[in-house]
Amino acid sequence: MMGEQKNSQLNKIQAPQAQLELMRISLQRGSKIKAQEIIFWVLALTTPLLLPSHAMMISEIAITALFALSLDLVLGYSGIVSLGHAAFFGSGVYSAALFAKYFLIDPTLGLLVCATVAGLLGFICSFTVLRGSDLTRLMVTLGVALIMLELANQMDWLTGGSDGLQGVLMGPVLGQFNFDLQGRTAAWYSLVVALVVFCFVRMLVNSSWGYTLRVIRDNRLRAMAIGVPVSKILISVYTFAACVAGLAGGLLAQTTGFASLDVFGFDRSADLMLMLVIGGVGWLYGGIAGAIIFKILQSELSAVTPQYWMFWIGLLLIVLVSVGREKIKGWFTREYLVSLLTASTNKSGGAR
Amino acid sequence: MLTILFDGLAYGMLLFVLAVGLAVTLGLMNFINLAHGAFAMLGGYTTVLLMQRLGAPFLICLPCAFLVCAVLGAVLERTLYRPLYSRPHLDQVLFSIGLAFMSVASADYLMGSGQQNIQLPQWLKGRTELGEDPWTLGMGHYRLFIVLICAVLTVILQLTLSKTRFGSQLRASVDDPVVASGLGINVNKVFLLTFAVGSGLAGLGGALGAEVLPIDPNFPLKYMIYFLIVVSVGGTSSITGPLLAALLLGVADVAGKYYVPKLGGFIVYSLMIVILLWRPQGLFSRSTK
Repeated sequence: MMGEQKNSQLNKIQAPQAQLELMRISLQRGSKIKAQEIIFWVLALTTPLLLPSHAMMISEIAITALFALSLDLVLGYSGIVSLGHAAFFGSGVYSAALFAKYFLIDPTLGLLVCATVAGLLGFICSFTVLRGSDLTRLMVTLGVALIMLELANQMDWLTGGSDGLQGVLMGPVLGQFNFDLQGRTAAWYSLVVALVVFCFVRMLVNSSWGYTLRVIRDNRLRAMAIGVPVSKILISVYTFAACVAGLAGGLLAQTTGFASLDVFGFDRSADLMLMLVIGGVGWLYGGIAGAIIFKILQSELSAVTPQYWMFWIGLLLIVLVSVGREKIKGWFTREYLVSLLTASTNKSGGAR
Repeated sequence: MLTILFDGLAYGMLLFVLAVGLAVTLGLMNFINLAHGAFAMLGGYTTVLLMQRLGAPFLICLPCAFLVCAVLGAVLERTLYRPLYSRPHLDQVLFSIGLAFMSVASADYLMGSGQQNIQLPQWLKGRTELGEDPWTLGMGHYRLFIVLICAVLTVILQLTLSKTRFGSQLRASVDDPVVASGLGINVNKVFLLTFAVGSGLAGLGGALGAEVLPIDPNFPLKYMIYFLIVVSVGGTSSITGPLLAALLLGVADVAGKYYVPKLGGFIVYSLMIVILLWRPQGLFSRSTK
C-alpha cells in the first residue's frame, strides 16, 4: 500500500520532469549544427580561392553580414527598432583606424580595441532604448548616430573631418599574413572573424539568455511578470550587439585602410535594416543572406545606373512591404515547396 | 539678438507647417511616415518649375504646390499607405524609407543634383529695422511673410480640429475606427482627406521655404530628422505641442548656428535625446503614461 502510494507520487513528480525533458529537447533542436551550415561555411571560406578577383567584395560581404548579425540581435531577437546602428559601426571603424595609426598596427589587438570602444558606447546608449515607444527609440538611435557623425566631422584634428582618415597601415594578421593588394588576406581575415563571431552568437542565441530575449520581444509585460530582469537583459544584448557592430567596423577599417564620415551615415543604417529584412528578421542566417543578396544587387545595379541605385532599392523595399514579408518568406519555406510538389503530383496523378 | 530670435521664429514656423502633416499621420493615425519630406520636396520643385518655366508669380505657386502635393498624397494614401496602417511599425518604417529613397533618386534623375533657387518677388526682398542699436529687430519681409502665413494656418488648423464637424469625426475615427464607422463616419474618407491635407501642407511648406531650406534631391533625408524631432519632442496629442517644439527647435538651431557654428547640430540632437529620455511621450503631451 505504502509502496504503491510512493510510486504514484513518483509518477507525479516524474511526469513534469519528462515534460521538461521534452521541452528541453525541442528547445535544443535549434542549437544542433546542421550539415547545410557546415557546407555553407566551407563554401564561404573557399570563395577567395574560387573567385580571387572578387576578394575585396567577399571581404565586404563578410563584414556587412557581421554588421547585419549585430542588428538582428537587437531588432530580430529583442524587438528594438533601431535606425542608428551605424553609430557603433562607425565608432569601430574610427577606433580601429586611429589605433593602427597612432599606437599599434597589429590587427587582432585593433579588433579588441574597437569592440571595446563600440561596446562602451553601446552600454551607454543601451539606457536610452529601455523606455518609450517605437518612435522614441527610432529617434534616439538616429540621434546618437547623428551626434557621432557630427563629432567625427568636427574633431577634424583627430579624424580628418570630411576628408576622412587616409593611409592607415596595417601589420600582418597574427604576424604571419600580410594584407595584399588583391585583398585575399583581407577576405579570409574577415571571413574567419565573421565565422568566429557567428559561432559565438549562435551559441548565445540558443542559450537560455537567447530565449529570454525572445520572451521580452514577444511580450515584455509577461516577461516582467515571470521575473525576467528585462532591463538588465536588454542592456546586455545592446552592449553585445554594439561590440559586434564595432568589430565589423574595425574589420572594414583594417581591410580597406581608410575611414570616412559616411560610415556614420543614415544610409548605412537604413541599408542595413533593408538587408536584414530581405534575408529575414530573427534568423541568424537572415543577415548573411541579406548581405549577400544586397551587395551583389548593389554592385550589379550600380554598374548599370550608379546614381539611381537608390531608386531600385526603394522600389524593392516598397514591394517587399506591400506584398508582405511573411508571404514572401513563405514562398521559400519547405512547407510551401512541399505543398507545391504534392499539388503537382496530385494533378499528374489525377491526369493518369 | 532680437533679429536672431525673429529668424529662429520664422524658421520654427516653417518647420511647423512642414511637420504638421506628419504630426497628424503619426500622432493621430499612428503611422510612422519617414517619407514626409518627399512631399515637401515635391512642393518646392513645383514652385521652382512653375516660376522658372512658366514665369508664374510666387503667390500663385503656393496654392499650386499645396494642390499637387495633396493630390499625390491622396493617391498614395489610397493605393499604398492604407493597407499599412495596421502593420507593425517596422514595416511602416521600411516602406516609407523606400518611398523616400525613390523620391531622392527620381528628383536627381528629373531635376539634376544641384540646388534649386527661386527668385523672390520684389516686394518680399525688403527689410524693416525697428528699435535702437543693441535691441535692433531686423525683419526680412520674406521671413515676416512666412511667419504671417504660418500663423494663419496654425489658427485655421487648430480651429478645424477642435471646432468643426470634420475635426470631431477625425478624432473619433482615430480613437476607435470600428465604432466610428458604426456611427456612420466614413473612416477611410476621413483618413484620406487628412492625409491629403497633411501632404499638401508639407508641399506648401516646401514651396514657402524654398529660400530658407534650399531644395535639392537630398531634401527628404536631410530634413527628415528635423520633422521627426518636431513631432516626437512636441508630442502628438495636440497641435500646440508640435508648434512649440518647432519654435523651440527653430530658435535653438538658428541661435546655435550663429553663436557656436561648430556645435550647431550637436546641440540640437543632444537636446532631443535628453528631452525624449526625460519625457518619452513628448515634452508637451498631457498624458504621463
